Amino acid sequence: MFTTVKELTEQSVKSGLPLSEIMIRSEMDTTQKSRDEIYHRMEKNLEVMEKAVDRGIHEQVRSHSGLTGGDARRLQTYLKSGRSLSGDTLLQAVSMAMATNEVNAAMGIICATPTAGSAGVVPGTLFGLRKRMQPTHDQMVRFLFTAGAFGFIVANNASIAGAAGGCQAEVGSATGMAAAATVELAGGSPEQSADAMAIALGNMLGLVCDPVAGLVEVPCVKRNAIGASTAIVAADIALAGIKSKIPCDEVIDAMYQVGRLMPAALRETAMGGLADTRTGRELKQRIFGGRAQNPAVEEK
Amino acid sequence: MKYRSVFDIIGPVMVGPSSSHTAGAVRIGKTARKLFGIKPDHVEITLYGSFAETYRGHGTDLALAAGLLNFGTNDTRLPEALTIAREQGIRITITPDQKTQVAHPNTARLILSAGGKTLELVGVSIGGGKIEITEVDGFSISLTGSNPALLVLHRDKYGAVAEVAGLIAKYEINISHMEVSRHERGHLALMVIQTDEEISEALAAEIAGLQNMLNVAVLS
Repeated sequence: MFTTVKELTEQSVKSGLPLSEIMIRSEMDTTQKSRDEIYHRMEKNLEVMEKAVDRGIHEQVRSHSGLTGGDARRLQTYLKSGRSLSGDTLLQAVSMAMATNEVNAAMGIICATPTAGSAGVVPGTLFGLRKRMQPTHDQMVRFLFTAGAFGFIVANNASIAGAAGGCQAEVGSATGMAAAATVELAGGSPEQSADAMAIALGNMLGLVCDPVAGLVEVPCVKRNAIGASTAIVAADIALAGIKSKIPCDEVIDAMYQVGRLMPAALRETAMGGLADTRTGRELKQRIFGGRAQNPAVEEK
Repeated sequence: MKYRSVFDIIGPVMVGPSSSHTAGAVRIGKTARKLFGIKPDHVEITLYGSFAETYRGHGTDLALAAGLLNFGTNDTRLPEALTIAREQGIRITITPDQKTQVAHPNTARLILSAGGKTLELVGVSIGGGKIEITEVDGFSISLTGSNPALLVLHRDKYGAVAEVAGLIAKYEINISHMEVSRHERGHLALMVIQTDEEISEALAAEIAGLQNMLNVAVLS
Protein backbone atom coordinates (compact mmCIF):
# COMPACT_ATOMS: atom_id res chain seq x y z
CA MET A 1 0.00 0.00 0.00
CA PHE A 2 1.22 3.52 -0.73
CA THR A 3 -0.28 6.97 -0.44
CA THR A 4 2.45 9.17 -1.93
CA VAL A 5 4.77 9.04 -4.92
CA LYS A 6 7.68 8.98 -2.49
CA GLU A 7 6.33 5.81 -0.84
CA LEU A 8 5.58 4.21 -4.20
CA THR A 9 9.05 4.82 -5.64
CA GLU A 10 10.78 3.85 -2.38
CA GLN A 11 8.90 0.54 -2.28
CA SER A 12 9.91 -0.09 -5.88
CA VAL A 13 13.59 0.78 -5.36
CA LYS A 14 13.84 -1.19 -2.12
CA SER A 15 12.24 -4.35 -3.51
CA GLY A 16 13.75 -4.09 -6.96
CA LEU A 17 10.24 -4.58 -8.39
CA PRO A 18 8.81 -2.34 -11.12
CA LEU A 19 6.17 0.25 -10.17
CA SER A 20 3.54 -1.78 -12.01
CA GLU A 21 4.28 -4.75 -9.76
CA ILE A 22 3.95 -2.62 -6.61
CA MET A 23 0.52 -1.54 -7.88
CA ILE A 24 -0.55 -5.13 -8.61
CA ARG A 25 0.55 -6.36 -5.17
CA SER A 26 -1.11 -3.43 -3.42
CA GLU A 27 -4.33 -4.20 -5.29
CA MET A 28 -4.12 -7.88 -4.26
CA ASP A 29 -3.61 -6.82 -0.68
CA THR A 30 -6.45 -4.26 -0.57
CA THR A 31 -9.07 -6.25 -2.43
CA GLN A 32 -8.03 -9.79 -1.47
CA LYS A 33 -8.42 -10.78 -5.11
CA SER A 34 -6.05 -13.07 -6.97
CA ARG A 35 -3.29 -11.82 -9.25
CA ASP A 36 -4.97 -13.55 -12.20
CA GLU A 37 -8.29 -11.88 -11.56
CA ILE A 38 -6.70 -8.43 -11.25
CA TYR A 39 -4.42 -8.91 -14.24
CA HIS A 40 -7.25 -10.23 -16.38
CA ARG A 41 -9.47 -7.27 -15.52
CA MET A 42 -6.72 -4.90 -16.67
CA GLU A 43 -6.33 -6.91 -19.90
CA LYS A 44 -10.05 -6.36 -20.51
CA ASN A 45 -9.60 -2.62 -20.01
CA LEU A 46 -6.70 -2.64 -22.48
CA GLU A 47 -8.96 -4.40 -24.98
CA VAL A 48 -11.64 -1.72 -24.59
CA MET A 49 -9.01 0.99 -25.13
CA GLU A 50 -7.68 -0.65 -28.27
CA LYS A 51 -11.17 -1.02 -29.72
CA ALA A 52 -11.95 2.64 -29.07
CA VAL A 53 -8.68 3.74 -30.74
CA ASP A 54 -9.35 1.49 -33.74
CA ARG A 55 -12.88 2.77 -34.07
CA GLY A 56 -11.80 6.39 -33.88
CA ILE A 57 -9.12 6.12 -36.56
CA HIS A 58 -11.03 3.87 -38.95
CA GLU A 59 -14.71 4.74 -38.67
CA GLN A 60 -16.41 8.01 -39.41
CA VAL A 61 -17.24 8.83 -35.77
CA ARG A 62 -19.44 11.86 -35.18
CA SER A 63 -20.87 13.18 -31.94
CA HIS A 64 -24.57 13.88 -31.50
CA SER A 65 -23.94 17.64 -31.45
CA GLY A 66 -21.74 17.49 -34.53
CA LEU A 67 -18.99 19.42 -32.76
CA THR A 68 -16.41 16.64 -32.95
CA GLY A 69 -15.50 13.54 -34.92
CA GLY A 70 -13.34 12.61 -37.89
CA ASP A 71 -10.24 14.56 -36.84
CA ALA A 72 -8.30 11.45 -35.73
CA ARG A 73 -8.74 10.08 -39.25
CA ARG A 74 -7.70 13.42 -40.70
CA LEU A 75 -4.44 13.21 -38.73
CA GLN A 76 -3.87 9.65 -39.92
CA THR A 77 -4.16 10.78 -43.53
CA TYR A 78 -1.78 13.65 -42.85
CA LEU A 79 0.70 11.25 -41.23
CA LYS A 80 0.70 9.05 -44.31
CA SER A 81 1.59 12.06 -46.46
CA GLY A 82 4.99 12.11 -44.75
CA ARG A 83 4.83 15.88 -44.26
CA SER A 84 4.44 15.81 -40.47
CA LEU A 85 6.75 18.09 -38.50
CA SER A 86 6.48 16.44 -35.08
CA GLY A 87 7.21 12.92 -36.32
CA ASP A 88 5.46 9.59 -36.51
CA THR A 89 5.48 8.49 -32.84
CA LEU A 90 4.24 11.78 -31.45
CA LEU A 91 1.52 12.25 -34.04
CA GLN A 92 0.37 8.63 -33.78
CA ALA A 93 -0.12 9.20 -30.06
CA VAL A 94 -1.92 12.48 -30.70
CA SER A 95 -4.20 10.89 -33.28
CA MET A 96 -5.01 7.89 -31.09
CA ALA A 97 -5.80 10.03 -28.07
CA MET A 98 -8.06 12.07 -30.32
CA ALA A 99 -9.70 8.89 -31.61
CA THR A 100 -10.56 7.78 -28.07
CA ASN A 101 -12.13 11.08 -27.11
CA GLU A 102 -14.06 11.29 -30.36
CA VAL A 103 -15.57 7.89 -29.59
CA ASN A 104 -16.29 9.08 -26.03
CA ALA A 105 -18.02 12.22 -27.30
CA ALA A 106 -20.14 10.05 -29.60
CA MET A 107 -21.33 8.10 -26.52
CA GLY A 108 -19.28 5.10 -27.54
CA ILE A 109 -17.64 2.64 -25.14
CA ILE A 110 -14.35 3.73 -23.59
CA CYS A 111 -12.35 3.04 -20.45
CA ALA A 112 -12.09 6.05 -18.13
CA THR A 113 -8.39 6.80 -17.42
CA PRO A 114 -8.72 8.40 -14.91
CA THR A 115 -11.95 9.96 -16.22
CA ALA A 116 -13.93 9.75 -19.46
CA GLY A 117 -13.14 13.35 -20.38
CA SER A 118 -9.44 12.51 -20.09
CA ALA A 119 -9.75 8.96 -21.44
CA GLY A 120 -7.60 9.60 -24.52
CA VAL A 121 -4.21 10.49 -23.09
CA VAL A 122 -3.12 7.16 -21.58
CA PRO A 123 -4.25 4.85 -24.43
CA GLY A 124 -3.15 7.42 -27.02
CA THR A 125 0.33 7.47 -25.55
CA LEU A 126 0.51 3.68 -25.22
CA PHE A 127 -0.78 2.76 -28.68
CA GLY A 128 1.11 5.65 -30.24
CA LEU A 129 4.36 4.21 -28.87
CA ARG A 130 3.57 0.68 -30.05
CA LYS A 131 5.28 0.91 -33.44
CA ARG A 132 8.37 2.60 -32.04
CA MET A 133 8.83 0.43 -28.94
CA GLN A 134 7.21 -2.90 -29.89
CA PRO A 135 6.01 -3.61 -26.33
CA THR A 136 4.94 -7.13 -25.34
CA HIS A 137 1.34 -7.70 -24.26
CA ASP A 138 2.55 -7.89 -20.64
CA GLN A 139 4.35 -4.54 -20.95
CA MET A 140 1.17 -2.96 -22.28
CA VAL A 141 -0.89 -4.28 -19.37
CA ARG A 142 1.81 -3.12 -16.96
CA PHE A 143 1.76 0.33 -18.55
CA LEU A 144 -1.81 0.63 -17.28
CA PHE A 145 -0.94 -0.52 -13.76
CA THR A 146 1.88 2.04 -13.55
CA ALA A 147 -0.36 4.79 -14.90
CA GLY A 148 -3.01 3.66 -12.41
CA ALA A 149 -0.55 3.82 -9.49
CA PHE A 150 0.18 7.49 -10.15
CA GLY A 151 -3.47 8.29 -10.79
CA PHE A 152 -4.40 6.58 -7.55
CA ILE A 153 -2.08 8.91 -5.62
CA VAL A 154 -3.44 12.01 -7.37
CA ALA A 155 -7.05 10.96 -6.80
CA ASN A 156 -6.51 10.42 -3.08
CA ASN A 157 -4.31 13.47 -2.40
CA ALA A 158 -5.77 15.97 -4.85
CA SER A 159 -8.59 15.37 -7.33
CA ILE A 160 -9.31 13.85 -10.72
CA ALA A 161 -12.61 15.72 -11.24
CA GLY A 162 -12.79 18.72 -13.54
CA ALA A 163 -15.67 20.05 -11.47
CA ALA A 164 -13.41 20.09 -8.41
CA GLY A 165 -9.98 20.91 -9.85
CA GLY A 166 -10.36 22.00 -13.46
CA CYS A 167 -8.82 20.31 -16.51
CA GLN A 168 -5.43 20.13 -14.78
CA ALA A 169 -7.04 17.50 -12.53
CA GLU A 170 -8.26 15.47 -15.52
CA VAL A 171 -6.05 15.85 -18.59
CA GLY A 172 -3.21 17.10 -16.36
CA SER A 173 -3.39 13.97 -14.19
CA ALA A 174 -3.78 11.69 -17.22
CA THR A 175 -0.74 13.26 -18.86
CA GLY A 176 1.36 12.78 -15.74
CA MET A 177 0.17 9.17 -15.44
CA ALA A 178 1.03 8.45 -19.09
CA ALA A 179 4.45 10.12 -18.77
CA ALA A 180 5.34 8.02 -15.70
CA ALA A 181 4.18 4.79 -17.37
CA THR A 182 6.12 5.62 -20.55
CA VAL A 183 9.32 5.90 -18.52
CA GLU A 184 8.82 2.40 -17.08
CA LEU A 185 8.05 1.02 -20.54
CA ALA A 186 11.27 2.60 -21.86
CA GLY A 187 13.30 1.01 -19.05
CA GLY A 188 13.76 4.12 -16.92
CA SER A 189 14.03 4.12 -13.13
CA PRO A 190 11.13 4.61 -10.68
CA GLU A 191 12.55 8.05 -9.80
CA GLN A 192 12.54 8.96 -13.48
CA SER A 193 8.88 7.95 -13.67
CA ALA A 194 8.16 10.32 -10.78
CA ASP A 195 10.15 13.08 -12.49
CA ALA A 196 8.26 12.57 -15.75
CA MET A 197 4.94 12.84 -13.92
CA ALA A 198 6.11 15.96 -12.05
CA ILE A 199 7.34 17.61 -15.26
CA ALA A 200 4.16 16.77 -17.19
CA LEU A 201 1.70 17.79 -14.47
CA GLY A 202 3.76 20.85 -13.54
CA ASN A 203 3.45 21.99 -17.14
CA MET A 204 -0.35 21.81 -16.99
CA LEU A 205 -1.02 23.57 -13.68
CA GLY A 206 -3.83 26.05 -13.95
CA LEU A 207 -5.51 24.40 -16.93
CA VAL A 208 -9.21 25.23 -16.65
CA CYS A 209 -12.23 23.06 -17.45
CA ASP A 210 -14.32 25.07 -19.90
CA PRO A 211 -16.38 22.72 -22.06
CA VAL A 212 -18.31 24.51 -24.80
CA ALA A 213 -22.05 23.95 -24.28
CA GLY A 214 -21.11 21.71 -21.35
CA LEU A 215 -20.21 18.97 -23.81
CA VAL A 216 -17.10 16.83 -23.40
CA GLU A 217 -15.92 17.82 -26.86
CA VAL A 218 -14.45 21.29 -27.27
CA PRO A 219 -11.69 21.68 -26.15
CA CYS A 220 -11.51 18.24 -24.46
CA VAL A 221 -10.69 16.19 -27.56
CA LYS A 222 -7.72 18.36 -28.54
CA ARG A 223 -6.51 18.74 -24.96
CA ASN A 224 -6.29 14.96 -24.70
CA ALA A 225 -4.52 14.82 -28.04
CA ILE A 226 -1.84 17.31 -27.05
CA GLY A 227 -1.71 15.77 -23.57
CA ALA A 228 -0.42 12.56 -25.18
CA SER A 229 2.38 14.47 -26.91
CA THR A 230 3.27 16.22 -23.64
CA ALA A 231 3.44 12.83 -21.89
CA ILE A 232 5.96 11.49 -24.38
CA VAL A 233 8.07 14.66 -24.32
CA ALA A 234 8.05 14.73 -20.50
CA ALA A 235 9.11 11.07 -20.45
CA ASP A 236 11.97 11.88 -22.84
CA ILE A 237 13.08 14.78 -20.61
CA ALA A 238 13.12 12.51 -17.54
CA LEU A 239 14.85 9.67 -19.42
CA ALA A 240 17.57 12.15 -20.40
CA GLY A 241 18.32 12.39 -16.69
CA ILE A 242 16.72 15.77 -16.15
CA LYS A 243 15.03 16.04 -12.77
CA SER A 244 11.99 17.98 -11.66
CA LYS A 245 13.18 20.61 -9.20
CA ILE A 246 9.86 20.29 -7.33
CA PRO A 247 9.21 16.72 -6.12
CA CYS A 248 6.24 14.95 -7.68
CA ASP A 249 4.17 14.86 -4.46
CA GLU A 250 4.55 18.61 -4.09
CA VAL A 251 3.50 19.18 -7.70
CA ILE A 252 0.38 17.09 -7.00
CA ASP A 253 -0.31 19.18 -3.92
CA ALA A 254 0.22 22.38 -5.93
CA MET A 255 -2.33 21.12 -8.45
CA TYR A 256 -4.80 20.56 -5.64
CA GLN A 257 -4.21 24.05 -4.20
CA VAL A 258 -4.55 25.66 -7.66
CA GLY A 259 -7.85 23.79 -8.08
CA ARG A 260 -9.09 25.14 -4.79
CA LEU A 261 -8.25 28.68 -5.88
CA MET A 262 -10.01 28.25 -9.20
CA PRO A 263 -13.41 29.97 -9.47
CA ALA A 264 -16.44 27.75 -10.16
CA ALA A 265 -16.83 29.33 -13.62
CA LEU A 266 -13.65 27.52 -14.65
CA ARG A 267 -14.54 24.16 -13.15
CA GLU A 268 -16.82 22.32 -15.56
CA THR A 269 -19.76 24.67 -15.30
CA ALA A 270 -19.39 25.84 -18.91
CA MET A 271 -19.54 29.44 -17.69
CA GLY A 272 -15.98 30.57 -18.39
CA GLY A 273 -12.98 30.12 -20.67
CA LEU A 274 -13.67 28.86 -24.20
CA ALA A 275 -17.27 28.04 -23.23
CA ASP A 276 -17.89 31.73 -22.56
CA THR A 277 -16.42 33.06 -25.82
CA ARG A 278 -18.81 34.53 -28.38
CA THR A 279 -18.50 31.47 -30.59
CA GLY A 280 -18.74 29.14 -27.59
CA ARG A 281 -22.04 30.73 -26.57
CA GLU A 282 -23.34 30.66 -30.15
CA LEU A 283 -22.55 26.98 -30.44
CA LYS A 284 -24.42 26.30 -27.22
CA GLN A 285 -27.43 28.19 -28.51
CA ARG A 286 -27.30 26.35 -31.82
CA ILE A 287 -27.07 22.92 -30.16
CA PHE A 288 -29.57 23.28 -27.34
CA GLY A 289 -31.58 26.40 -28.08
CA GLY A 290 -33.70 26.80 -24.99
CA ARG A 291 -34.98 23.23 -24.92
CA ALA A 292 -34.27 20.21 -22.80
CA GLN A 293 -32.04 17.77 -24.64
CA ASN A 294 -34.44 14.89 -24.57
CA PRO A 295 -38.15 15.29 -25.17
CA ALA A 296 -38.75 12.21 -22.96
CA VAL A 297 -37.82 14.18 -19.88
CA GLU A 298 -39.97 16.71 -18.11
CA GLU A 299 -38.10 19.73 -16.94
CA LYS A 300 -39.63 22.03 -14.41
CA MET B 1 -8.86 7.16 1.20
CA LYS B 2 -11.65 7.83 -1.24
CA TYR B 3 -10.19 5.67 -4.01
CA ARG B 4 -9.25 2.14 -2.98
CA SER B 5 -8.62 0.27 -6.20
CA VAL B 6 -6.51 0.76 -9.32
CA PHE B 7 -9.74 0.14 -11.24
CA ASP B 8 -11.21 3.31 -9.76
CA ILE B 9 -8.50 5.02 -11.85
CA ILE B 10 -8.18 2.73 -14.90
CA GLY B 11 -11.91 2.24 -15.35
CA PRO B 12 -14.84 2.04 -15.42
CA VAL B 13 -15.54 0.73 -18.90
CA MET B 14 -18.42 2.97 -19.81
CA VAL B 15 -20.57 4.72 -22.35
CA GLY B 16 -19.27 8.29 -22.77
CA PRO B 17 -18.98 11.15 -22.49
CA SER B 18 -18.21 11.86 -18.80
CA SER B 19 -17.13 9.61 -15.94
CA SER B 20 -18.46 11.98 -13.29
CA HIS B 21 -21.54 13.28 -15.14
CA THR B 22 -22.45 10.06 -17.00
CA ALA B 23 -20.94 6.94 -15.34
CA GLY B 24 -21.17 8.43 -11.83
CA ALA B 25 -24.76 9.43 -12.50
CA VAL B 26 -25.57 5.87 -13.62
CA ARG B 27 -24.17 4.60 -10.34
CA ILE B 28 -26.17 7.11 -8.27
CA GLY B 29 -29.36 6.07 -10.08
CA LYS B 30 -28.55 2.40 -9.70
CA THR B 31 -27.79 2.72 -6.00
CA ALA B 32 -31.10 4.54 -5.50
CA ARG B 33 -32.95 1.76 -7.34
CA LYS B 34 -31.22 -0.93 -5.29
CA LEU B 35 -31.98 0.81 -2.01
CA PHE B 36 -35.58 1.35 -3.05
CA GLY B 37 -35.79 -2.34 -3.89
CA ILE B 38 -38.62 -2.11 -6.42
CA LYS B 39 -39.39 -0.28 -9.64
CA PRO B 40 -40.41 3.30 -8.83
CA ASP B 41 -43.45 4.91 -10.52
CA HIS B 42 -42.08 8.39 -10.19
CA VAL B 43 -38.63 9.82 -9.62
CA GLU B 44 -38.11 13.48 -8.85
CA ILE B 45 -34.55 14.52 -9.53
CA THR B 46 -32.94 17.81 -8.51
CA LEU B 47 -29.50 18.61 -9.88
CA TYR B 48 -27.05 21.02 -8.28
CA GLY B 49 -23.75 22.68 -9.14
CA SER B 50 -21.99 21.52 -12.27
CA PHE B 51 -24.69 18.83 -12.70
CA ALA B 52 -27.31 21.57 -12.98
CA GLU B 53 -25.25 23.61 -15.44
CA THR B 54 -24.08 20.87 -17.81
CA TYR B 55 -26.34 17.86 -17.43
CA ARG B 56 -27.68 18.04 -20.96
CA GLY B 57 -24.27 18.03 -22.57
CA HIS B 58 -23.09 15.11 -20.48
CA GLY B 59 -26.27 13.04 -20.73
CA THR B 60 -26.59 13.10 -16.93
CA ASP B 61 -30.37 12.81 -17.24
CA LEU B 62 -30.05 9.75 -19.48
CA ALA B 63 -27.47 8.28 -17.14
CA LEU B 64 -29.59 8.70 -14.00
CA ALA B 65 -32.50 7.11 -15.84
CA ALA B 66 -30.23 4.24 -16.94
CA GLY B 67 -29.21 3.68 -13.34
CA LEU B 68 -32.81 3.74 -12.18
CA LEU B 69 -33.45 1.02 -14.77
CA ASN B 70 -30.62 -0.99 -13.19
CA PHE B 71 -28.34 -0.61 -16.26
CA GLY B 72 -24.56 -0.71 -15.85
CA THR B 73 -22.16 2.08 -16.89
CA ASN B 74 -21.27 0.18 -20.08
CA ASP B 75 -24.84 -0.56 -21.18
CA THR B 76 -25.21 0.66 -24.76
CA ARG B 77 -28.93 1.32 -24.18
CA LEU B 78 -27.90 4.39 -22.14
CA PRO B 79 -28.72 6.94 -24.86
CA GLU B 80 -32.33 5.60 -24.93
CA ALA B 81 -32.71 5.23 -21.17
CA LEU B 82 -35.27 8.02 -20.69
CA THR B 83 -37.49 6.58 -23.39
CA ILE B 84 -37.14 3.07 -21.98
CA ALA B 85 -37.97 4.37 -18.49
CA ARG B 86 -41.12 6.02 -19.83
CA GLU B 87 -42.11 2.80 -21.60
CA GLN B 88 -41.67 0.92 -18.32
CA GLY B 89 -43.95 3.39 -16.57
CA ILE B 90 -41.28 5.28 -14.65
CA ARG B 91 -42.04 9.00 -14.73
CA ILE B 92 -38.90 11.09 -14.29
CA THR B 93 -38.88 14.82 -13.62
CA ILE B 94 -35.69 16.85 -13.62
CA THR B 95 -35.16 20.19 -11.90
CA PRO B 96 -31.83 21.94 -12.35
CA ASP B 97 -31.25 24.05 -9.22
CA GLN B 98 -28.56 26.60 -10.00
CA LYS B 99 -29.05 28.60 -6.80
CA THR B 100 -28.65 26.28 -3.83
CA GLN B 101 -25.03 26.03 -2.70
CA VAL B 102 -23.81 22.44 -2.30
CA ALA B 103 -20.64 21.04 -0.75
CA HIS B 104 -19.66 19.14 -3.90
CA PRO B 105 -20.30 20.48 -7.42
CA ASN B 106 -21.72 17.20 -8.77
CA THR B 107 -24.72 16.59 -6.54
CA ALA B 108 -28.12 15.04 -7.27
CA ARG B 109 -31.15 14.57 -5.03
CA LEU B 110 -33.55 11.78 -5.98
CA ILE B 111 -36.98 11.11 -4.56
CA LEU B 112 -38.30 7.72 -5.61
CA SER B 113 -41.88 6.73 -5.05
CA ALA B 114 -44.16 3.77 -5.80
CA GLY B 115 -47.53 3.28 -4.18
CA GLY B 116 -47.16 4.66 -0.68
CA LYS B 117 -43.41 4.01 -0.47
CA THR B 118 -40.83 6.75 -0.90
CA LEU B 119 -37.07 7.07 -0.65
CA GLU B 120 -35.10 10.30 -0.70
CA LEU B 121 -31.41 10.15 -1.41
CA VAL B 122 -28.55 12.53 -2.14
CA GLY B 123 -25.68 11.27 -4.29
CA VAL B 124 -22.41 12.95 -5.14
CA SER B 125 -20.18 12.06 -8.08
CA ILE B 126 -16.65 12.70 -6.90
CA GLY B 127 -14.72 11.98 -10.10
CA GLY B 128 -13.65 9.13 -12.33
CA GLY B 129 -17.04 7.45 -11.90
CA LYS B 130 -16.73 7.15 -8.11
CA ILE B 131 -19.77 8.15 -6.08
CA GLU B 132 -20.82 8.72 -2.51
CA ILE B 133 -24.32 8.61 -1.09
CA THR B 134 -24.34 11.39 1.49
CA GLU B 135 -27.95 11.39 2.62
CA VAL B 136 -30.80 8.88 2.85
CA ASP B 137 -34.25 9.98 4.05
CA GLY B 138 -32.75 13.00 5.77
CA PHE B 139 -30.02 11.06 7.55
CA SER B 140 -26.43 12.08 6.84
CA ILE B 141 -24.40 9.06 5.84
CA SER B 142 -21.31 8.20 3.85
CA LEU B 143 -21.67 5.29 1.50
CA THR B 144 -19.46 4.64 -1.52
CA GLY B 145 -21.27 1.66 -2.99
CA SER B 146 -17.99 -0.18 -3.51
CA ASN B 147 -18.72 -2.67 -0.71
CA PRO B 148 -21.92 -4.56 0.06
CA ALA B 149 -23.96 -2.57 2.57
CA LEU B 150 -27.00 -2.86 4.78
CA LEU B 151 -29.15 0.15 5.60
CA VAL B 152 -31.46 -0.36 8.55
CA LEU B 153 -34.01 2.23 9.62
CA HIS B 154 -34.89 1.57 13.25
CA ARG B 155 -36.18 3.08 16.46
CA ASP B 156 -33.39 4.64 18.49
CA LYS B 157 -33.51 2.13 21.38
CA TYR B 158 -30.70 0.58 23.36
CA GLY B 159 -29.59 -2.81 22.13
CA ALA B 160 -30.87 -2.30 18.56
CA VAL B 161 -27.39 -1.99 17.11
CA ALA B 162 -26.07 -4.93 19.13
CA GLU B 163 -28.90 -7.21 17.96
CA VAL B 164 -28.25 -6.41 14.31
CA ALA B 165 -24.50 -6.83 14.74
CA GLY B 166 -25.14 -10.16 16.48
CA LEU B 167 -27.16 -11.47 13.54
CA ILE B 168 -24.48 -10.36 11.10
CA ALA B 169 -21.90 -12.29 13.15
CA LYS B 170 -24.18 -15.35 13.14
CA TYR B 171 -24.03 -15.33 9.33
CA GLU B 172 -20.22 -15.10 9.55
CA ILE B 173 -20.11 -11.77 7.79
CA ASN B 174 -17.40 -9.26 8.61
CA ILE B 175 -18.30 -5.59 9.12
CA SER B 176 -15.77 -3.24 7.46
CA HIS B 177 -17.44 0.05 8.36
CA MET B 178 -20.45 1.02 10.41
CA GLU B 179 -22.22 4.24 11.33
CA VAL B 180 -25.42 5.22 13.07
CA SER B 181 -27.19 8.47 12.35
CA ARG B 182 -30.26 9.91 14.07
CA HIS B 183 -32.21 13.14 14.22
CA GLU B 184 -33.31 13.08 17.84
CA ARG B 185 -32.67 10.78 20.76
CA GLY B 186 -35.27 8.03 21.09
CA HIS B 187 -36.80 8.60 17.66
CA LEU B 188 -35.73 7.25 14.29
CA ALA B 189 -32.18 6.24 13.48
CA LEU B 190 -30.36 4.78 10.49
CA MET B 191 -27.61 2.16 10.68
CA VAL B 192 -25.31 1.93 7.69
CA ILE B 193 -23.24 -1.23 7.80
CA GLN B 194 -20.67 -2.00 5.12
CA THR B 195 -19.43 -5.57 4.90
CA ASP B 196 -16.71 -7.61 3.22
CA GLU B 197 -19.10 -10.39 2.19
CA GLU B 198 -22.39 -10.24 0.31
CA ILE B 199 -25.50 -9.95 2.49
CA SER B 200 -28.06 -12.71 1.93
CA GLU B 201 -31.81 -12.21 1.72
CA ALA B 202 -32.18 -14.54 4.68
CA LEU B 203 -30.07 -12.26 6.86
CA ALA B 204 -31.96 -9.17 5.72
CA ALA B 205 -35.27 -10.88 6.50
CA GLU B 206 -34.08 -11.93 9.93
CA ILE B 207 -32.97 -8.39 10.73
CA ALA B 208 -36.31 -7.04 9.51
CA GLY B 209 -38.01 -9.40 11.94
CA LEU B 210 -36.23 -7.93 14.98
CA GLN B 211 -38.07 -5.59 17.30
CA ASN B 212 -37.65 -1.86 16.54
CA MET B 213 -36.64 -2.40 12.89
CA LEU B 214 -38.68 -0.36 10.42
CA ASN B 215 -36.99 -0.89 7.07
CA VAL B 216 -34.06 -2.92 5.79
CA ALA B 217 -32.35 -2.28 2.45
CA VAL B 218 -29.47 -4.25 1.01
CA LEU B 219 -26.87 -2.95 -1.39
CA SER B 220 -25.04 -5.83 -3.07
